[in-house]
Amino acid sequence: MINDTIIQLLKDIIKDEKRILTDKVDLYSYSYDSSFGVYLPDVVVQPKETEEVAEMMKLANKYEIPVCPRGQGTSLSGGPLPVKGGIVFDLSKWDNKLIIDAEDMVAVVSPGVITADINNAAIEVGMIYPPDPSSSNVSTIGGNLAENSGGPRGLKYGVTKDYVIGLEVVTPEGEVIRTGGRTVKNVTGYDLTKLIVGSEGTLGIITEATLRLFPKPQANQTLMAVFDDIVDSGRAITNILSSGILPSKLEIMDNATINAVESYEPLGLPIEAEALLLIELDGHPAAIEDEIVRVQQVCESTQASEVRIANTAEEASELWRARKLVSPAIVREKPTKISEDATIPRSKIPEMFKRLKEIREKYHINLVVFGHAGDGNLHPNIIADKRDQEEMHRVEKAVEEIFEAAIELGGTLSGEHGIGTLKAPFMEMELGEIGLDMMKRIKESWDPKNVLNPGKIFPEPGQRLVLTNG
Amino acid sequence: MAELAYEETFDCVQCGYCLPACPTYITMEKETHSPRGRINLVKMAAEGKITYSELEGPINLCLGCRACEVVCPTNVQYGTILESAKEFIEENKKKETPKRVKLFREFLFNKTIPNKKILNTVGGGIALYQKSGLQKVAHKARATNVLPENLRTFEKILPNAEGSIKRRKREEYYPPIQRPAFRIGFFTGCVMDTMFSSINTQSIKLLQLAGCEVTVIKEQTCCGALQSHSGETEITKRLAKENIKAFEKHNFDYIVNSIGGCGAMLVEYDKLFAGDPEWANRAKQFAEKNADISVILSQLNLPFEKEINRAVTYQPSCHMSNVQKRVNEPLRLLKSVPGITYLEFPKKDMCCGSAGIYNIVNYNESMELIDEKMKHLTTITPEIIVTTNPGCHLQMKVGVEREGLTEQIQVVHLIELLAEACGVEA
Repeated sequence: MINDTIIQLLKDIIKDEKRILTDKVDLYSYSYDSSFGVYLPDVVVQPKETEEVAEMMKLANKYEIPVCPRGQGTSLSGGPLPVKGGIVFDLSKWDNKLIIDAEDMVAVVSPGVITADINNAAIEVGMIYPPDPSSSNVSTIGGNLAENSGGPRGLKYGVTKDYVIGLEVVTPEGEVIRTGGRTVKNVTGYDLTKLIVGSEGTLGIITEATLRLFPKPQANQTLMAVFDDIVDSGRAITNILSSGILPSKLEIMDNATINAVESYEPLGLPIEAEALLLIELDGHPAAIEDEIVRVQQVCESTQASEVRIANTAEEASELWRARKLVSPAIVREKPTKISEDATIPRSKIPEMFKRLKEIREKYHINLVVFGHAGDGNLHPNIIADKRDQEEMHRVEKAVEEIFEAAIELGGTLSGEHGIGTLKAPFMEMELGEIGLDMMKRIKESWDPKNVLNPGKIFPEPGQRLVLTNG
Repeated sequence: MAELAYEETFDCVQCGYCLPACPTYITMEKETHSPRGRINLVKMAAEGKITYSELEGPINLCLGCRACEVVCPTNVQYGTILESAKEFIEENKKKETPKRVKLFREFLFNKTIPNKKILNTVGGGIALYQKSGLQKVAHKARATNVLPENLRTFEKILPNAEGSIKRRKREEYYPPIQRPAFRIGFFTGCVMDTMFSSINTQSIKLLQLAGCEVTVIKEQTCCGALQSHSGETEITKRLAKENIKAFEKHNFDYIVNSIGGCGAMLVEYDKLFAGDPEWANRAKQFAEKNADISVILSQLNLPFEKEINRAVTYQPSCHMSNVQKRVNEPLRLLKSVPGITYLEFPKKDMCCGSAGIYNIVNYNESMELIDEKMKHLTTITPEIIVTTNPGCHLQMKVGVEREGLTEQIQVVHLIELLAEACGVEA
């Protein structure tokens, strides 16, 4: 599909030949992300200007070449994978614009800016950019916008889409449009900004974003609560929130996770406990001083067997250390980590835990659960070895059942990772035939030739979940 | 036949957390030159999807600084994967390498670098390439990308080495000043003992001042780091065995060096002999006894005599931080020097681009790395940059020179600063 003529046309657009990659080793380097599957692109380009993106989209649209926008490839759902070959737009090198406007309380950024850098720049003027995906030190804002990323602070502060008020977007036909603007209130016409955010690169290429900033909370405090019964931990969450306290983070680790961490590095965690909650409050120092005690009381009256409050920043980071060690701890036995983000209504957390336990036993899989319990965004993680085909097939079935359980309980396929290639087969299950068709119609009207990130979100006929690399 | 560390590549979950820590990813701006990219390419090569010669470029442009290992959330053994790739590439290349190149490599890695006599004769380091005629051989053989520009760059900033007569006069035994705190076998290193031999001398005298008994055994040889980084595993093992044999004859509390890069090799000798029934345990015991001089000196008291009223920053060597995992000791020691004002080097953990002989064979890439470092340096204004490794030392001098700051900023080894504060002459 891509021949020397196309490469020459790309060179006419991107004058700096170093930013056009065609070597085999380079193509392999952009053939994966943090999920599953290896798909070789035909060429990788590294745009650094809107004009370059627009010209290349015109070219791609004319010759009907697939284009897959990509940030730093931290995606867990396959969002940037070039499943149909074509051109990968590596936008991670386009990081030259990061303007903080303290008066308007916005940041204006180019797509390759690292998300944590936005927050760091905001902090210097006493503000924060609240969304904090765990990959924020690596991931680009463009990738976060495309996937509508979340993070531990989602409970109180929401996800990426809640902070985007304006975008510059290149359409599949190579036109440049602006959506939204610079004001918090903006109700002019359809909300294309929210439509583009989370569209996973299927509707347009984001070339600039205007993001809302919040005042920086003056202080924070952390507490750890241990429960012998996981149902009690669920009740504790509900009771904390209904007592009028909104924590900035509310994380849960189940017994399997606690044990994995403790045997990886002894931190003195309660290995008998069925669950532990890590809770962080932020706000005015006087307010959280009062609230942390009330959280403690709620936990104790909901049968917490132990509650620890961190008195210093060091003690707090010690408590969070357990959560940080989850990743290395759980991959110690087997190397492949299938991290799901099925999300359920908060009230269904205990029920979801029960279902997950059944799934673990039914398929004999190593399943641990942790995640952002405050907003129902659990991360059931299956630890397997992708070289073991038989095991991986069991894992595929287990993952299917996890999704089914989440939807049956009134939840959703994805809380923060996006659909990509991995969850496309389950879309109809959540949205229904007509619901999915309405989304498809939007895609078809924006991108009639289906050049932008084809093979994502919408399942191919008969497509099933596949977790083996091919 | 060398095998790629294929199984180890599966430990990588491709999360990308290593990307911001990788200096070559920052300066070369593509995934191919990131740790995640290189691990994937090793996997692809093992699966036969790319050839060893396609793997060669990305692997050779890796600094081996291992900053990626420190940030990896799943503890991927990048060093092991990298070494396996280097060895694999080297063996495959040898199969089709012209004989004269083989002879050159044999001469350089097997005969020259480990040979003190040759190093002493020519005066060491870069001069070695020129004066021994190696440069000509290298050119003819096209074994490296050695260009006159590289050599001119480094020649300008070479230190005044101690004369070989003075070096030959080095004692074998330095008695402790009081009852010895530790009995120490001193590891001199080869390039270090040629170009920076005065630092070795000062190191020994400082150890002595701090109450140690220091012995410099003659039987020691090159640590093997440069050979190992070039995929010459057999030569590396031979050198390692010689060192192990030499030092196990003595009953030292520690084997001490003041060369971050060699130290990193020495503390990982056990990895070299993993699974070898005769050598594994001996290598482990040897490795455990090795320590950087800062580790020893920071446990003892140095008799400081004068204040050094200067603004000082510290460039930690990758081998010290990421392999030896000695982050606090050198810094604590540095901060104990009376009078100094310590300025934190922004992004100090980023490799300077020296990395063994990387700055000679990959000159342009290395200069991009040091220029990147200098961008951060110029946001603070130190009068002295302290290093703990001769490679970093030279590279920082090149950086300072390139910025036109030679008059304003001095580059010294931590030992030199301590020696000055203690009134120790080389």
